[in-house]
This record gives sequence, C-alpha cells and structure tokens, in this order.
Amino acid sequence: MKKNSIKKETLHEVTFTLNGKKVTCKIKGATVLLDLIRDVFDLKGTKSGCNEGECGACTVLVNGAPVNSCLYLAINANGKQIETIEGLIGHDGTLHPVQDSLVQSGAVQCGFCTSGMAMAIKSMVDLYETGQHVPGDIRTELPSRDEIKKYLEGNLCRCTGYVKIIDAAEKLFAKEDCR
Amino acid sequence: MKKELKVIGQPIPKQDANIRASGKAIYGHDIVLPGMLYGAILRTEHPSAIIESIDVSEALKLPGVVCVITADDVDVNNIGYKRDHPILKKGEACCTRDELAAVAAETKAIARQALKLIKVKYKVRKGVYDAFEALEDSAPQINQFITGKFENKNIAEKFQYGHGNLEEEKKRSRHIISRRFTLPRMTHACMATSNITASYNNLDKKLLLYSSTQVPFLYQRDMAHALKINPSDIRVIQPVIGGGFGSKLDMHPFEPICALLSMKTGRPVQIIYSREEEFIASPIRQPMIIDLTAGVDKDGHFTFREINIIKDNGAYTSWGATTPFVIMQSFSSLYKVKACSFNAMAVYTNNVFAGSFRGYGNPQATFALERVIDLLADELGMDKAGIRLLNANEKGEITGQGLHYDTCGHKECLETVIEKSNYFNHKTSGKNDRYKRGIGLASMLHVGGGAKIYRSDGCGTTLKIDPYGYCTIITGSNEIGQGSETVLAMMAAEELGIELKKIKVINTDTDVKPWDVGVHASRTSFVAGNSLLGAIRLLKEKLNSKAAQLLNIKDADFEYADNKLISGKSGERIALDKVVREMHFSEPNELAIASFFYEPSSKFQDKEFKGNVSGTYAFAAQSIEVEVDTYTGNVQVLDIYVAQDVGKVLNPLLLGGQIEGGIMQGVGYALSEELLMHEGRILNPNFHNYKMLTASDTPEIHFYPVETHDKEGPYGAKGVGEAPLIPTAAAIANAVCNALGLEMLELPITPEKVLKALDDKKKRKK
Ligand code: FES
Ligand code: FES
Repeated sequence: MKKNSIKKETLHEVTFTLNGKKVTCKIKGATVLLDLIRDVFDLKGTKSGCNEGECGACTVLVNGAPVNSCLYLAINANGKQIETIEGLIGHDGTLHPVQDSLVQSGAVQCGFCTSGMAMAIKSMVDLYETGQHVPGDIRTELPSRDEIKKYLEGNLCRCTGYVKIIDAAEKLFAKEDCR
Repeated sequence: MKKELKVIGQPIPKQDANIRASGKAIYGHDIVLPGMLYGAILRTEHPSAIIESIDVSEALKLPGVVCVITADDVDVNNIGYKRDHPILKKGEACCTRDELAAVAAETKAIARQALKLIKVKYKVRKGVYDAFEALEDSAPQINQFITGKFENKNIAEKFQYGHGNLEEEKKRSRHIISRRFTLPRMTHACMATSNITASYNNLDKKLLLYSSTQVPFLYQRDMAHALKINPSDIRVIQPVIGGGFGSKLDMHPFEPICALLSMKTGRPVQIIYSREEEFIASPIRQPMIIDLTAGVDKDGHFTFREINIIKDNGAYTSWGATTPFVIMQSFSSLYKVKACSFNAMAVYTNNVFAGSFRGYGNPQATFALERVIDLLADELGMDKAGIRLLNANEKGEITGQGLHYDTCGHKECLETVIEKSNYFNHKTSGKNDRYKRGIGLASMLHVGGGAKIYRSDGCGTTLKIDPYGYCTIITGSNEIGQGSETVLAMMAAEELGIELKKIKVINTDTDVKPWDVGVHASRTSFVAGNSLLGAIRLLKEKLNSKAAQLLNIKDADFEYADNKLISGKSGERIALDKVVREMHFSEPNELAIASFFYEPSSKFQDKEFKGNVSGTYAFAAQSIEVEVDTYTGNVQVLDIYVAQDVGKVLNPLLLGGQIEGGIMQGVGYALSEELLMHEGRILNPNFHNYKMLTASDTPEIHFYPVETHDKEGPYGAKGVGEAPLIPTAAAIANAVCNALGLEMLELPITPEKVLKALDDKKKRKK
C-alpha cells in the first residue's frame, strides 16, 4: 500500500510582494506560481491555457519582467515583486492605460488571452518608460510594429488574429506619456 | 428606413471588454463551488482494442477518492445525433479518445493519481485508420450501434445532390479538369480548454450545469436523453466562454460523465481538460478527400461540377458528419454553374471523430473549387480574375439548388479586391532570385441568415424597461466572445433612444431565457437581432399608447431619443421612465414588457436538398499576396485584401475583429496547422508541435466591407462570423501556385511540401 500513503512534504515559507502588498505563505517545493496565485490567493484573472509554457495566458510580471507563471516555481518568488492583472486596475476601478487601450482597440474577444497579453504589453511599455528599450540599445524612437509583434510572440490568441492587440500596443506607445 | 442611425454603425467596444480585460470575468475554469470535487477521465491506451476488464479497486482505496465509475455503474443512453456514441465505453475501445472510467476526488492531484491505479486489460486489435480501407468488404464493422441504413457497414452518413444535365454539359465543355484534394485535421485550440462544472441536488433531483455549450437548449435536451432524466430538471448556465468556433456544438462525453459523477456523489464536480487532453479529445475540422471534376465552355462559362467526397468520420458520429449540407452549397451555387452532381459520405474509422468548426466544411470545399478554377483559367488562357468575374453570382439569381440571392455582393467583392490588391500589376519576384512572389484569388458563399437544419431556426426575446428607464434584453442567443450581446445592446439603444450603459443583456441561463437554437451558421446578429427588433416593436406599441394618453394627444406616433418619447406631429415630449412608471403604477397597471419569437423566412430543404435554406447569403472575396522562400520552402503571407458582403456594418470595430480573427485561422489552416495522426494516435498534442500562428505571423489585413442592405436582415445586416476564414486557404494556395508555377493539392502548405513540390518540378523538367 505504499503508493497510497501520501507522505508529508516539507513546506517552505515564501514572502513576496503581490500587487504591491507584502504576503507570506507556506508552500510545497513543487508549487508553481500560477497555482499559488489562482488557488491560494484566489486571484482568478491569471489564466491557464496550457500549463506547459507555450501559450502565455498565465503571464505575470516578476520584478517587472514577464514570465509564464505555470512554469515558475513559486519558491523563486521569495523577495520579489509579483504583479498580476488584478494589480493593474486602479482602486477606483479605472482601467490601466494598457487595459483601456486593449478595450478601445477592440482587442478583447473571448478575453482568455487578455490578462497575459496585458501583462506582456505592460512590461514592454515599462521597459520603454524606464529607458530600457527592447531589444537592445537606448533609442528615442518608438518600437516598430514588428518589434511589438516579436515581443508578443509568446502569447497566443485564437480569436483576434492579433491585429487589434498589436494596434492596442502601438497606440499606447504613440501616447505622449509613454515616451 | 430613412432615419439617421446614431448607434448602429459606430465602432463601439464590446460591452464587457473592460471586465474581461481586468481579469474579473468568470470563466468555467474559475468556478469554485462549496464541497466541489475534481473529476478526471481515464482514456484507452490503444485506439482499437477489446477491453477485457477494468479494475478500479485500487483507485477506490486511494484516500481522497470519492467515486469511480465505469460503464457498468451507470444507466445511460448513447449520445450524438445518430446515438452511436456511448458515454463510457464497454467491451471495446474504438478510438484514442475513448472514455473507460472516471474519477471524482477531493483534489485534482488525487484524481489524476487515481487514474493511474485503474487497471485495464486490453486485447489490442488492428485498427482501421483509412477511410478507403474501411469501405472494403474485409474491414470489420467499426461502430456497433448503427442500424445499417447504407450499403456499407462503415458508412455513417451519405449526401447526394444534383441539378442540371451533367452529360450534356460535359459534352459542351471545352476543357475539363479533374483533381483529388486532401484536407487535414485542424483543431479549434480554444484558449480555454474544455470544462464543465456539474452540481446535482439530490433533494429536488435537479441538475445544474455550468457549461460552455454554444447550443444550450439542444444541449439540455441531449443531456436529458443521455442521463434518462427530464430536460426541465436541467438548468444550463453559461459562464464566460474562452473560445468556441464551433467546438461546442456537440455535447461531448465528458459532460454527461461530469453530471454522472455529481449525481453519484451528491456533490458538485468539475472537469477541466489539460491542454494535451484538449488536443486529443476535443473535436476537429473534418479531414476529407475531395475528388472534383469541373468544366468550362469556350467562353469561360462554368459548365458542370462533379464531386465525390470521402470524409473520415472517426469512430463516432458528430455534427461534423453533416457538413456536406454546407459543402454542397458552395459546389452547387458559388459562381454560376449549369450542372452539378455531388456525392459525399462519412466513413467510420478508428481515428478521432470530427465536430463542427467555423466554416462547417466550407473552407475544404472552397479550397478545392477555387484551385480548380485557377486551373481551368490556365487551360483556357483566360486571366484568373476575368473568369471569376464572368461567372460571379448576381442579385436576383436563384441557383440550381434553390438558394435565393435577394442581395448579392459577389461581383463587387471580387472587383474590390482585384483593384485594391493591384492584382494585375503585383510583383512577381522578391528581393532576389531566392524569393518568389505570387498572388491568389478566392471567393466564398455562406449562409448569412441562419440555416434551417433544426425544426426551428428561431430565437426568442423578452424585453423589459424598468421604472428608471433602463432596459433589460433577455435573449435566447448566446455570447461566445463574438460580441453579439454588444450588437443587441446597440440595436436597443438605437431604437429606444437610451444610452448603452442603461441596457443589460441577460443570456446565460436556460431557466430564464426564451428558446433559441444556438450559436451556429453565423446566425446570431441576424436571427437574435430580428427577434429583438420584433420585441421592441411590440413594446413600443404599449409605450406609445400610454404616452399618447399621458400627453392627451390622439396620434401615437413617437420618436425615441434622449430617453424621451417625442411626438412626430406635435413635437411634445415625455420621459421614457415616466411613461414606464405610469404604465406600472397607474391603472390598468401594465408591465413594460414584451416577448417576441422570430423565425427566419428560410425553408427546410426537401429530400433532394433543394430549397432556400437561409434568410440571406453572405459573399466574400480575398486576394492574397505571398512570398515563398525557395530555399527553405517557407511561405510568408504579405498582404490580405478582403471584401465581404456583410449587408450592413453594425459595428466596424467588432466586425474587423471577426474578420481578422477568422482570416488568421484560415492562414493557419493554409500553412501550418495539422493534427498529425499515426495509427489512430495523435502525434502532436501540444502547442509546441501543433503550430498555431503567433503575432509575428500576422500579415497586413485590408478589409473592405460591401453593404448590400438585405431587406431581411436587421438594418440590412447579414451573418459575418464564419465567412472570413472560408476563402483564405484557397487564396493562399492559389498564390503559392502562382508564385512557383506548380500545383498544391493538399493543406497545410508546409515548407516540406513546398520543397518537395519544387523538387518534383525540377525532376519533371529534366
Ligand atoms: S499556461 Fe503558462 S504558458 Fe500556457
Ligand atoms: S481573445 Fe480569445 S484567445 Fe485572445
């Protein structure tokens, strides 16, 4: 019967910042960030489209960089800043410019990819705003449409054909405050 | 309708896009109910095998396992419209998806672990994985539940159609072309995997299902039949759906299985597919082999088409078997053609079974037809645009099959894309010799006003206005991401003269909403729109007479604007909310509510498949430019020009989204997407090996709506949802052939196939 006996796994304590709030929890070593966010913190906005690192639906930001949370061990979040889609929206319910641009551009159909797309686009915008252009050198011009496409390559969408998602990102960069 | 439109035609974002974009929408994946268990399904290890025994005893002993079921534990009916599909399989496995047992456990991990403890004894059989082989006398009968209606034991479904004098037209033909086309398995790959949450209440014996079905009322009936319970004891609630595209037209075994687990345990049970399971066990676009022979007379008029189609049905029959309904329309009625003889059959094999997929067989048909048109033009020495314009469909035409084209933008669509894509002056070479450029044309015809395939193609609406002047639309139709509820809200805003934010659309609960046949055949805007407009008309009659009474005027003819009713004659006005309050609270105390059931004018086709099956028809043309790398075989789609007869643009933003999304699915079908199978097993059940396109692959899409103002459609609109992907693969194939001067008979056109074709061409030259 040894197969059936579930052995007690050691739990690890992790402390990190989740959408600006410090949190601590005890987790198993194998727990991935996606499950922690969805099941323990009950933040259902981050989606699982594959659980294999292929679709980007689970994209969250770790210290500002987009990661597939389905492959990211939660234990590695210790001491880091984690941002999810729930962190984008203002306290008064105003959408973040990234979300607003997606909505106004008609980039949201079923919406299952949207959280991941929004986080990926936000990270790209942040990189530009802080002068860490993607990819490569310091530049003053806006990212090209091709660069945007390349940046979003890891995020699949079955509904929109990507056009309006790319439009949404492009419009965002074109806005004054993004430069 | 001469009135100036204020809301209709505006680029308004989807009503709940903000909720979806903020992560607050509740999808099936997000539902958690108190006491909920997690279900998991054990599928066969072998696509074809005798199941000698299934031993679940060890699984049952695993702590946290609450219930394990096999076919022996349940009393159920088969599913599928042919009732040839057992929910849980007993005695034999006939395809790789076959469900042998199911577990409900306290956690997902325990449920998965329990599956590993179930012991199945198989006697592996040699399966039949080729439709032609299945038709041979020596082949075994693959599905044991069919009645033997057809001459061969493995024929699941057959369609025969004809018009005109075939022999005469053959004789008259100057050129005749015959080709065999092979179409692959493509899968929907919805971003949200299949899911269901079932909650059975054993006190009142009612079953609550949170399901992503796109046809909730047919589903309720099918589920009831499967489980042997009363349909009215089933309530279907649709959470937000993460992609449909036709995949949720059939009820699949996992759904009644989940219900059974809940009924056995008395607790809610949830099943969510893993991505691998989604690739293996969710439906596909029908693979088929199309033999097409077509002729043309000396002037370039199409004379006849003769079509034989063998569809690989897989082990069980789904709605996919009925796609010839649509396929035959394209062969009989896209471009004028004097005679047509159409034969199609779906043949059982031990492969995975198909389902319905956006376009419903039409992308396959259009690929074959448009390829052959190019070849006929070449034979005749005629240009490929000219032959299409010469034969294009026209307004007022009644086709050989009996489709009535009361409006028809076919020619205008073709002319538009020919002009915009600079068809006659496109570039033929890339940056150097290595790259070749080509351009391809294709058109499409699809139902644009529903399709009468069920007894009713109707949709019900209940409309109410509350004492504060807000409006609630309770519609039978469903939202699966396409934006239909936004379009409905826009219509109500237009007609009632109130702001969009004052309109709510209720459409997710079978206990509440009136009947509707479901999302399919690009019908929602058309049928649900007409239904809503009918309800608005009725409600306005009530409001008008109350307003006239309140204003003390005779004439009950009012305009609705700025939340007010404005008398057409005197210009006197009264607030809408006030009229409603007076209706409700003063005698004779009446509700501001109206219900309407809209049934399109379409007809059931007769036994020969003749008749006007849809309320209207949509047309489109695409002109696509590609560049082929002759070293790698890689095809890059550069520009896509698409003109589509949409009747009337209701919302350009949502329309553009439907066009672009559809086209990209078509590009995937043309170039990269194929579910690979070997001996009944799926070889690439993940996004790594099943190549879906990414943002980097997005070409420039230039869209030109053509407005033909169909008198049957709401504001003149036609259905749009499926059309954009239908001609895309055909146009791309034509462009590749144009670039390289060779033929492509198969999809997808992968780099390997391009290189092989180039190689064959070289060898032939030598
Ligand atoms: S769910 Fe993480 S990449 Fe798909
Ligand atoms: S909007 Fe549906 S997957 Fe992107």
